[in-house]
Amino acid sequence: MDFTFTEDQRLFCDNVKVFLQNEVTPEALRKSWESESGRSPELWQKLVDIGLTAMLVPEKFGGLGMNAVDFILIAQECGRAALAEPLVETALVGVPLLASLADNDERCAQLLEKIATGERRIAVGHSVNNLISDAHVADYLLLPNGNQIHLVPREQVHLVAQQSVDPSRRLFSVDWKVTEETLLTNGALGVSLLAAALNRGALGAAAQLLGLAEAMVGLAVAYTSDRKQFGKPIGVNQALKHHMANCAVKTEFAKPVLYRAAYTASTHPVHADFAVSHAKVAAGEAALLAAKNSIQSFGAMGYTWECDLHIFMKRAWALDKYWGHAGFHKNRLHQWLLNPNAKIGADKTFGEQA
Amino acid sequence: MDLIYTPEQNAFRKEVRAWLAANIPAKPLASFDTQEGFEQHRAWEKTLAKGNWGMVTWPKEYGGRGCNLIEWLIFEEEYYRASAPLRVNQNGIFLLGPTLMEYGTPAQKERFITKMASGEEMWAQGWSEPGAGSDLAAIRSKAIRQGDEYVLNGQKVWSTRAVFADWVFCIFRTDPASERHHGLSFIFVPLNAPGVTVRPIPQLDGLPGFAEIFFDDVRVPVENRLGDEGQGWNIAMSTAGFERGLMLRSPARFQETAKRLVKLYREHSNDILDLSIEDAVVKCYMDAEAYALSTYQTASRLMKGGKIGSESSVNKIFWSELDQLMHETAMNILGWRAELWPQSPAAGDVGHWLDGFLFAQSGPIYAGTNEIQRNIIAERLLGMPRK
Ligand SMILES: Cc1cc2nc3c(=O)[nH]c(=O)nc-3n(C[C@H](O)[C@H](O)[C@H](O)COP(=O)(O)OP(=O)(O)OC[C@H]3O[C@@H](n4cnc5c(N)ncnc54)[C@H](O)[C@@H]3O)c2cc1C
Repeated sequence: MDFTFTEDQRLFCDNVKVFLQNEVTPEALRKSWESESGRSPELWQKLVDIGLTAMLVPEKFGGLGMNAVDFILIAQECGRAALAEPLVETALVGVPLLASLADNDERCAQLLEKIATGERRIAVGHSVNNLISDAHVADYLLLPNGNQIHLVPREQVHLVAQQSVDPSRRLFSVDWKVTEETLLTNGALGVSLLAAALNRGALGAAAQLLGLAEAMVGLAVAYTSDRKQFGKPIGVNQALKHHMANCAVKTEFAKPVLYRAAYTASTHPVHADFAVSHAKVAAGEAALLAAKNSIQSFGAMGYTWECDLHIFMKRAWALDKYWGHAGFHKNRLHQWLLNPNAKIGADKTFGEQA
Repeated sequence: MDLIYTPEQNAFRKEVRAWLAANIPAKPLASFDTQEGFEQHRAWEKTLAKGNWGMVTWPKEYGGRGCNLIEWLIFEEEYYRASAPLRVNQNGIFLLGPTLMEYGTPAQKERFITKMASGEEMWAQGWSEPGAGSDLAAIRSKAIRQGDEYVLNGQKVWSTRAVFADWVFCIFRTDPASERHHGLSFIFVPLNAPGVTVRPIPQLDGLPGFAEIFFDDVRVPVENRLGDEGQGWNIAMSTAGFERGLMLRSPARFQETAKRLVKLYREHSNDILDLSIEDAVVKCYMDAEAYALSTYQTASRLMKGGKIGSESSVNKIFWSELDQLMHETAMNILGWRAELWPQSPAAGDVGHWLDGFLFAQSGPIYAGTNEIQRNIIAERLLGMPRK
C-alpha cells in the first residue's frame, strides 16, 4: 500500500508543466481562436517529441508502455494550461482502446506506431458525448455503432462543425456509413471496450477539471492580492478569502479520489465505474465552484473577454458535461451504493482484498 | 502507487479483527461524560493496553507495536467497523502523545507516555481561556518560576473531560512581560493538585462533557514543562497539526457513520418524500471515502519523510462539515422521530443519531473554528494578503 507518485512521475510532470506554461500561454490560445482549425501542428509535434502521445502505447508498438496513473498528472497539467490540442483524448482515451485490439489487428498496431511518432492522429467518438471533439484534425475516427467499434478514415465521414462556448473547443457532429471494412470489434468485447473508453474519457476530463480549478484560483488569488479598494488589497477581506479557501478544500479532496480512479481504471478491478464516477463528480464540483468564486472575486473585470479567466472557466463548463455530466455519474454512484449487496464500509476503501 | 495491501497488512487486519471480536464489551458502555461511563471507558483503555492495542504506532517500549501509519489506519478501520467504544483518552493518546514523542525528554516520555498507554492516566487539554478562544495567543494564565517550581494562576475553559480526567496539558504565560505568541510555555498539571478547582459545564446534551479549571497558586515542578520555556506556542501548533490533520479524527469513524446512514436510508426509503435526501446520502458516503483516500495519501507521504502542513486546516473543515451533513441527513430521514432521545420508547434503535447530531454541531467550532481554518488556508496555502 503506497498512495504516492514516484519521483520520476513527479519530475516528468514538472517538466511538462513548465513546457506547457511556456508554449500554451493565454496569448497563444487567443491567437489560435482566430485560425480556421484552432490547432497548431507545430505544437502537436512538440507534444509528440516529448513522448506524450506515446506514453500509453505499448512498447512493442513503439511506445513507452505506461498507464493511466503515469498519465493522470499530465492530464491535470493539460487542464491547468487549458491546452486546446486533443492530447488527453488521444493518449488516454483512444490509444488504450487501439492497444486492446492491436495484438490481433494490424490496422490498430500500425496506427499506434504512427500516433507515437506523430504521423497519424485520431479522434474518439462515444455515445455519451454525441459530438466529437477535434475530428477535423484527425486522420482516423474511432466511432461506436451500438456495440460495434469502427475505425473510419476522415475522408469517409461528413463533419458538421458546432460552436462551443469555449472558443478553443472544436466540436463536430459526424455523418458516416457503417461498412464491414471499418469494423474493429463488436459484441461483448465492443461493449467492454466502450465502457472502458468512457471511464478513461471521464477520468481525463476530471483530471483537466482539477487543473483548471487550480488555474482559476491562482488567477483570482493573484488578482485579489493586487487590486485595491478602500485603500487595501481586496484579498484581505474574509469574504473573498473564504471563497478561495472553499475552492481549495474541494480541489484537495478531489485529488486523491482522482488518483484512486486512475489506479483502478488501469488495474481493472471491478470497482472502476464507481471510482471514476466519483472522480468526475468531485472534480466537476471543484471546477464549477472555482469558476463561480473566481469570477466573483474579479468583479466586472471577470465578466470581460479581455480577462483571461474565461479561457479556463469556459473549458471547465464544457468538460463538466463531457464524458458524462454530473447526473450520469451520480446515477452510477447511486446504483452502486444503494444496492443492498454493495460492499461498503471503512475496510472497503480499496475494495475487498483480504 | 500501489493500492494493494501487503500480505502482512492483511494478516494484521485479521489479527485486529479477531482480537476486537473477542474483547469488545458485550454491552455498550455508558457515556464517558458520566462518572460511571468514564470509569467503564478507562477499564476498556486498560484492556486495550494489555493487548498492546492502546496506541499501535508507538514504540514497543511504551506499550505500542511500532506500527506504521498504514497499519494505524487499518487498526482504526477495524476499530470503528467493530463499533468499539470511543477513546476516552483521545486528548492524551492522539494529541499529547505524538507531541511528547517529539519534544519530551527521555524522562518525560518514560513517566508520561507509559502511564498514558497503560490507561492509568487520562488527559485533558487546557488551552482556551475566557478571553482566548480563536485568538489563542491572548492567553493570560500565568506560570511564574520560583526555584524548581512554577506557580500557576488563572483560568482555563471548555476543557473536554477535565471533570473526570487525571491530568491537563496547558499553555501558560511564563514571561509576564511578554505578549501574544511569545513567552508561553507548555506545562502539565495534575488535576488533583492543591489550588486546582474544576467546575463542570453541561453541554448541549446536558452532561458535563467539559469544564472550567481555576488555578490558585498551584505549584508544579519545572520537570512538568514540555520543551523550553517560551517554546509553548510552537509546540502547541504542532499538537494542533496532529489534532486537525491526522490523528484526532481518523476516516474510519466517518466511513462507518456513512455506512450506517446508507443502511438507515435503505430502511426508510419508502417513506421519504424529499428527493434531495438520497443525493445527500450518496454525497456523504463519497465524501467519507474521499477523506479516507486523502488520509491514505497523507500517511503514505509521511512514511516517505514528508511533513504535515496547511492541509491539516483543509482536513479539519472537511471532516467536521461532513459529520454535520451526515447527521443532518439522518435527522431528515428520521422525520418525527428525529427529536427523540434514545431512551424514549418510540425512538427504537435510532435514537443515537440525535446524540451524534448534537455532537456534530461542535465539530466546526472545536480544534480551531472553521472560519479560522479558512483564513489559514487562504493566507498560508494560497498566499492571500493578511493586510
Ligand atoms: C465540544 C468542544 C470541546 C472543546 N474542548 C476543548 C478542550 O478540550 N480544550 C480547550 O482548550 N478548548 C476546547 N474547546 C474550545 C475551542 O477550542 C474553542 O471553542 C475555539 O477555539 C473557539 O473559541 P471560542 O469558543 O472562544 O469562540 P470565538 O473565538 O469567540 O468565536 C466565535 C465565532 O467568531 C468567529 N471568529 C472569531 N474570530 C474570527 C476571525 N478572526 N475571523 C473570522 N471569524 C472569527 C469564530 O469562527 C466563531 O464562529 C472546545 C470547544 C468545544 C465546542
